[in-house]
This record gives sequence, C-alpha cells and structure tokens, in this order.
Amino acid sequence: MEAILQFFFTYKEAIFIIALSVFLGIEVISNVPSVLHTPLMSGANAISGVIIIGGIILVGHADASRLSLELVLGILAVIFGTLNVVGGFVVTDRMLEMFKKKKK
Amino acid sequence: ETLLELSYLVAALLFVFGLKLLSHPETARRGNLWAAGGMFLGMLTTLLLHKTDSGTPIPMANVWIILAAIGVGSVVGWIVARKIKMTAMPQLVSFYNATGGAASMLVALLEFPNANMSNKGSVLVTLLGMIIGAVAFSGSMIAYGKLDGKVGDIRSGLMKYVNILLMLVTFGLAIWMLFSGQTPADLNWAIYLLMVLSLLYGVLFVMPIGGADMPVVISLLNSFTGIAAAMAGFIYHNQAMILGGILVGAAGTILTVLMCRAMNRSLLNVIIGAFGGGPSSAA
Repeated sequence: MEAILQFFFTYKEAIFIIALSVFLGIEVISNVPSVLHTPLMSGANAISGVIIIGGIILVGHADASRLSLELVLGILAVIFGTLNVVGGFVVTDRMLEMFKKKKK
Repeated sequence: ETLLELSYLVAALLFVFGLKLLSHPETARRGNLWAAGGMFLGMLTTLLLHKTDSGTPIPMANVWIILAAIGVGSVVGWIVARKIKMTAMPQLVSFYNATGGAASMLVALLEFPNANMSNKGSVLVTLLGMIIGAVAFSGSMIAYGKLDGKVGDIRSGLMKYVNILLMLVTFGLAIWMLFSGQTPADLNWAIYLLMVLSLLYGVLFVMPIGGADMPVVISLLNSFTGIAAAMAGFIYHNQAMILGGILVGAAGTILTVLMCRAMNRSLLNVIIGAFGGGPSSAA
C-alpha cells in the first residue's frame, strides 16, 4: 500500500494527464456516425505519428560525425514516423474527399 | 524553452480539435487539416527549439540529417497515399500504422542504453513503449498482408496457448529487466530478445483473426501505436507526445468497440472467437 501511494505521488502529474486525456479521447469521438469510422481511424492513426517528435529528438542527440547503429536506426525511426504522419493525413484526406463526392 | 512548451500545448489542442471535427461528416476534412497543422507545428518547433539537458540546441549537421529523413518519408508517404487504388486504402492505413509502431519501437530501443535503472518509472515506460510499438508494428504488417491477400489465416486450437505463453514470457522478461538491478549495457541482449519476442507476439496475435475482422484489429493496433507513442513521450517528458498518444489510445479503443458494435459483435468475440470459429462464424 505504501509503495503504491509512493508511486502515485512520484508520478502524479503523469497520472493526471493520462486520466484526463483518456476521458477526452472517449468524449471527443463518442457520437461518431458509423460511416466515419474508417476516416476517423485513419486520422487517429496519423496523429499517433507524434512519435516523430521523439525520433527528431533522438537523432538530434546522436553523434553525427560517424556512422553508428544508433544514428542509422534513428534516421530509420524518423523516416518511419514521417511515413506515418504524411501518409496518414493524406490518406485520410483522400477518404474524406471520396466521401464528399458520394454524398453529392 | 517556454516557446517550445507553448507550441506543444497548441499542437495538443489542435489534435483534440481536429479529432472532434473529424467525428462530424461536414467538418471532417477540415478536422484532418487542423490535426496535420498541429503535427507540423510540433515537428518544426522541436527541430528549431529543442535543447538537450545541457542546454545545447540540435547541431546543424543533425538538423540536415533529420530534414533529409523527413524529406524521404514525406515524398514516399505522399506519393504512395495519392497513387494507391481506392480499394487498397484499408491496407495502406494498416501499413502506415505499422511504420508508426516501428518508429516507437526504435525510439524506445535506442533510448534504453541511456535509461537510469534506478528510476523504475522511466525504465518501465521505455520497455512498455518498445513492447507495444513492436506488437503494433508486426501485427499491422500481418493485417496489411491479410488485406492485400498475401497472408492467409492460420487457425489452430494450440495457438491460443502459445500466445498466452508468449505473452507471459515477454512480460516476465520485462519485469525481470526492471528489477534485475543490472546496467543497461549488461541488459543489451535482453532488450533485443524482448524486441524479438514482442514482434513474434504481434504476428501470432493477428494471424488467427479472420480477414473480415481486420478493420477492427487495425483500429485496435492503432490505439496500441498511440499508447506506444505516449510511452516514448514519458521518456522525453514531452507533453505533445503524451497527450497525442493517450488521446489516440483512448479514441482508438472506443472506436474499436464502436466498430464491433456496428458489426454486431463484441471485441472479445473478434479476438477470442477467431480461435474456435471457422470462416462460417464470421459475420
């Protein structure tokens, strides 16, 4: 019990953020019509590309003067992250474009 | 520094706003653009304003390397997303989800050597980020293969037990790493073993699930990618990553449940039912 309380106290800010964002995420999309399920999934997928920021920080710290495993894998992470972000948003846009035409 | 934090707040708010607009038919397209704007802002300010703990900004050489990598990813991502056939879109979403998972996996893998082993919370998020990212990566690749008709279903009663065993071994290894008290250098082999186990788990997790249920599984794996990104956010204490990641994790989970409901099935049914039922049971 003591340990659990200690853990909560140490990470209280993180736990608050998690609790509130979970609620926010549920609340924001709870009334979505089923036709929008796929575009919404695709849009959320693009947002999960925020990991790209981690990739940028990672390569930003790496020693760029020599070719190390860290540098190569870091660059790969940035490329993958960008694929997720750019590809994700463009695909979502195309889906919604199609969706609009169908409705007209 | 303050400016960077402020831009992360704006980016996070744009994600929330974008997701909100995305859930209404008439505003959906604008919502997507807002979220993309938030992402662009976060990337730009990180590149320009991020400082290491010692206070030095990102060196110019590294900035060019990052820009080149972003350039490659953008061009490829853009062209593929524009050129692909409409019918191939679901597998493309799955593929992009896989790349996001792979990025999370790599970031956590590369940050592990810098981890402070006495700070259990920080080691825990690193390990979780890698496990979840790896599962999302390999699972999404299998989902992509299935939708593209390259991978078939494999079903056997034994697989359920193999999966449960593999999951226990994976988490067992992670917990042992957390409490072993060894340095990250000593545990170098273990982190790679953990990666392989997690990748294998992702494959075996999606393998038995029927093709018709793939959209639901992709949505689930998408929420995994979000959670993995949030875990990486905790490594860097990066609010935009934490909020964006958890937001996708929560929204993705609810969306998964909603999609199941639209198909008149329960989530448990999709995941577990696949082991027992044949193709005839697919709704």
